[in-house]
Amino acid sequence: MTPKAAIRAEGERLLAAFVQAGAVPVEADILQPAGTLLDLYGEDIRARAYVTDDPIRGEMMLRPDFTVPVVQAHMAHGAEPARYAYLGEVFRKQMRGSGRASEYLQVGYEVFDRASPEAADAEVFALFRDLLSGLGLRPVTGDIGILMAAVRGLETSDRRKAALLRHVWRPVRFKALLDRFAGRAPVPAGRLALLERLKAGTPAQLIEEAGTFVGLRSPEEIAARAEALVADAETPPIKATEAALLYDLLSLEAPAAHALSHLRGITPMLPAIGPAVDRFAVRLDALAARGVDVATLAFEASHGRTALEYYDGFVFSFLGDGMPPVASGGRYDALTAVLGAGAFIPAVGGVIRPGLVARLKGAVA
Amino acid sequence: MIRVGVPSKGRLMQDCFDWFGARGVVMRRSGSDREYSGVIEGVDGAVPVLLSAGEIPRELAAGRIHLGVTGSDLVREQLGEDEVAEVAKLGFGAADLIIAVPNVWIDVETVDDLDAAAAAFRKAHGHRLRIATKYHRLVRDFLQAQGVADYQLVDSQGATEGTVKNGTAECIADITSSGETLRANHLRILSDGLIHSSQAVLWASRVAEWTAADRAAYSALAAKLGVAARPF
Repeated sequence: MTPKAAIRAEGERLLAAFVQAGAVPVEADILQPAGTLLDLYGEDIRARAYVTDDPIRGEMMLRPDFTVPVVQAHMAHGAEPARYAYLGEVFRKQMRGSGRASEYLQVGYEVFDRASPEAADAEVFALFRDLLSGLGLRPVTGDIGILMAAVRGLETSDRRKAALLRHVWRPVRFKALLDRFAGRAPVPAGRLALLERLKAGTPAQLIEEAGTFVGLRSPEEIAARAEALVADAETPPIKATEAALLYDLLSLEAPAAHALSHLRGITPMLPAIGPAVDRFAVRLDALAARGVDVATLAFEASHGRTALEYYDGFVFSFLGDGMPPVASGGRYDALTAVLGAGAFIPAVGGVIRPGLVARLKGAVA
Repeated sequence: MIRVGVPSKGRLMQDCFDWFGARGVVMRRSGSDREYSGVIEGVDGAVPVLLSAGEIPRELAAGRIHLGVTGSDLVREQLGEDEVAEVAKLGFGAADLIIAVPNVWIDVETVDDLDAAAAAFRKAHGHRLRIATKYHRLVRDFLQAQGVADYQLVDSQGATEGTVKNGTAECIADITSSGETLRANHLRILSDGLIHSSQAVLWASRVAEWTAADRAAYSALAAKLGVAARPF
C-alpha cells in the first residue's frame, strides 16, 4: 500500500470503530465560509487556515477542522441525543521548516447529549483510549471549567472577571491581566497617564477638546469606557490569598485523583469552584467505571488553554514523542450556543490523526 | 554575474546610489532618463537591476536577483528568514509601522486599551473592530503576540489614514515617518503601538543561484561595502 492508502485504511478502521460505538457518519464541505470561522477564532485563524476566494460566496477557508461544520449541521437539524463520526482532510498552514503536514486526515467522534455530560466525557475518553491502546501514548487531561469557575468566583468587579474570562484561551494576556488585577504588576505608565488626563474633565468635554470626531465608535461608547477605566482604577486589587489560589490552580499538575483531593482542599477558600470540582469528581468516577486508572491519569489544570480552541470543560490529549498530539478533544458547550443562534446543547468530542497512528504502527514511515 | 535589485526612481534610488557611491561603488542609470537600465562601476561581475521597490522582495524570493535594496517592512511582511538574509542596514528610508486611533478615543492609549475597546465595540456593533492596513502579517503577528482579540484586518492599499473618516475602519496600522498625515486625519499613535521600525536594507537572496564566480564577485563587492565576505 502507498503511505496515503495505508493512512486512509487506518482512518477507515477508526471511523468504523466510531460507527460501531453508535455514531452516525457525516460529511462536511471542504470549502467553509471564512466569516463564521473568523468570527469564532478571530484574525489569528488566518495564520493557520488557507483562505481562498469565491466570486459569489466571498472568502472561503479550506476546512481547518470538522467541529464547526458538524456543530452547525447538528444545531440546524439534529435530533437529540446524537453521536457523529467523520473522516476527511483538514488543512493547516505550518511554520516554514517545521516539517509538519499542512494537509492530513482527521477522524473524529462528537457526542451531543444533555443527560449526563460527565458520562459523555468518560465515554469519549475511554473510546479513544481503547482505539489507541498499545501505541505507547501518554494521555493528559484537564478541565477548563474549573479555571473558569474560579475566575467567576473572584471577589472583584464583573468587568475584571469578564476581561479574564475573555482571555482564558490566551494564557499570556490572561496572566498579564491577572498580575495587574492582583496588584502583582504595576499599572502601565500609559494607563497612569491616561487616568491622569481623564481627571481633567468629563468624558464629553475631553472628547470635545480632542478635536474633529471621526469613526463609527460613538461618543457614548468612548465615554462609557472612560468612566469604566476610572472606576476600575478605584477597584481594590484581588485579595492576595484569592490570587494565590488562582495562580496555584493555573499551575496545578498532578495525577487526577490527587488533583481532585487538592481541589477539594482549596474549595473552602474558593467556594465558587465547588460545583465544577463536583463535576470533576463525577467524571473521575465515570472514567474509573470504564477502567481508567485515575490514580495515574495525568491532569493539568491549564491543559487545552491555547489559541484557536474553544474548549470550556473537560479536555484531553494523547501524546507521542516527537510528533504533534496524536489525538485531542474536549467539551465545547459554549460553542454550540454561539453557532446555534441561542440554542444550546452540551457537546464533547475529539479527533485522531490516522497518519500518526499509522506511523506509530510502522505502517508508514 | 550577480544581479543587484535597486529602486528605480525617486528619493530611494538616489539615497541608494549615494550609499553605494560613498563606498566606492558607483551605480548609475544608463541610457536616457526613461530607460530602466544601469551600470555598476568599481566592481566586476555585478549589474544593477532597476525595479520598483515594492517588487524587490518578490524578485529576491524568486531568486531572480542575488541582492536587493528595499524596506525591511516589505521584506518582513512578505518573506521568511529562509528566503533572504540581511546584509546591511543602509540608514535611510526610515519609517515606522504603527497603530493609530482617532484622537477622540480619549480612553485608548495602549494596545491593552485597544483590546478592551475592541471587545466593547464588538458587543455594541455586532462586528469586530476593523483595522485598515496593507501589512496584514506584521500587524496580525504583533496583535497575536499580545493576545489582542475581537479585531479584524481590512485591506487598504493606499490612503489608509482616510479609512476612519470614511467609515470603512475604526483605526489603522500604517507606515508613517513624520506623522503629519495622521494628524491631518485626526489620528494619534498608540503609545506602545510601534509594530516595526523600517529602514532600507541590503538583502541577499538565499534562493538565487550563487556560482563560484558570483561568490567571488560578491566578496570583492563586500570588501568595498564593508560587509561580511559571504552573503549568508
